[in-house]
Amino acid sequence: MGKPEILEGAMAVAHAVARCRPEVIAAYPITPQTHISEELSTIVADGELDAEFVKVESEFGAASVVLGASAAGARAYTATSSQGLMLMAEVLWNMAGMRLPVVLACANRSVSAPLSIWCDHQDAESVRDCGVIQIYAEDAQEACDQHVIAFKVAEDRRVLLPVMVNLDGFLLTHVFEPVELPDQDLTDKFLGKYEALYKLDVDNPMSFGCFTEPDKCMEGRWMIHDASLRSLGVIEEVSKAFAQTFGRNAGGLLEEYRSQDAETVLVAKGSICGTIKDVVDELRDKGRKAGLVCIKTFRPFPREAVVKALRGAREIAVIEKGGSFGAGGIITPDLKDALYDAGLRIPVSGFCVQLGGREVTPDGIREIIDRVSKGERVVYEYFRLRKEILPDLVP
Amino acid sequence: MSTKLSMDKLSIGCVAPPNGSLIYKTGAWRTMRPVFKHVTCIGCRGCELVCPEGCVFGDPKKKLFDFDPDYCKGCGMCANECPKDDIDMVMEAK
Repeated sequence: MGKPEILEGAMAVAHAVARCRPEVIAAYPITPQTHISEELSTIVADGELDAEFVKVESEFGAASVVLGASAAGARAYTATSSQGLMLMAEVLWNMAGMRLPVVLACANRSVSAPLSIWCDHQDAESVRDCGVIQIYAEDAQEACDQHVIAFKVAEDRRVLLPVMVNLDGFLLTHVFEPVELPDQDLTDKFLGKYEALYKLDVDNPMSFGCFTEPDKCMEGRWMIHDASLRSLGVIEEVSKAFAQTFGRNAGGLLEEYRSQDAETVLVAKGSICGTIKDVVDELRDKGRKAGLVCIKTFRPFPREAVVKALRGAREIAVIEKGGSFGAGGIITPDLKDALYDAGLRIPVSGFCVQLGGREVTPDGIREIIDRVSKGERVVYEYFRLRKEILPDLVP
Repeated sequence: MSTKLSMDKLSIGCVAPPNGSLIYKTGAWRTMRPVFKHVTCIGCRGCELVCPEGCVFGDPKKKLFDFDPDYCKGCGMCANECPKDDIDMVMEAK
């Protein structure tokens, strides 16, 4: 075991990624991701990692380079945020369809407009359906460890899909926390060398991502769905193996925090889970039965695990950092879908607490728990919306 | 490593054998077709180079170019590009 160091989240992630020994890295700077790729370029330039760092003209270029590298059989990595992820979107669909186990980080940030560099989850959530596995970190340690898990899951022959590790922009990328970097020898042993199922090779040519007619395309798409569903079991298995090897928990499908006997259960993902845990502890001390289910794996959606964890709840409040304009939440409808299918009619209220970096305080979480535990139900509410600054909405 | 690739059965990632897509004869999508007139051609290869399907072929020395009707979608880029107006686009009809 290594010893904990005080590291900036993004720097720690860069070093954890380096220990996974990617052979090709391509990234384009964008706040708040920049420190990850910047540090990785330094690590490569200093000769500490034997990898090709490709400087590109955009995130579309970065994603395309790692797609090509992965198709050529290399372990490949990129990182981005917000607008950068939007620019990568087309390539992400291709990576998933070509079943290339690229790992990427998304330092979650709001998407324009209005322009904001601060945290919410709308960037990652808007590429929810492309076949890329999405896992979310609660703190810097988890963000590091989830990268090791991500490579292992992505490259598993039962999966072969890209994995995106999400870490909240600024809240995790720019904070200094004690982090124990994954030990190099253990990481080498844990991951092994990546052997591609198919790879571009001049001596044995083959075509990637080519045309299919309507009689075959649907089966090609179904295989992505099938692999994504199968990855649920692989993520659990790899997370357990990670805990056994490295001595700490970092992933899995979800984390149940004092939720087993709870009446009011909150559901959330990302760094806000830390704040919610504090509020849950405080309410528990006062004898109130509150709990948290922290979603670690958002795509594929862990339906069964979610139902199992929430079965006993009296009411559920989902704390979201995104939403679908004109529809509602993102996690909220997934949850209702899973519960409905399981024959459960537990009331679920969705609260959008943070867009563009709006501060979320323990006091806000407390208010939400108070409201739903008194019987209030909302479909989807923009929490603490500052109505006083709004213009005439139909001018 | 991996099983032999074919165009009948899908592989993981729909990886295909080289030239596999040739079985898809997209020429049937065409409504207009190029007519290479072979009158004023200077052998510049413009038509060959701009063809997005790569289905224009010929010999610049003999100034004889033509298209492969199995794959030409009739986009007309060759006719548009030709500096000598030696390619016409006509309706694909009998």
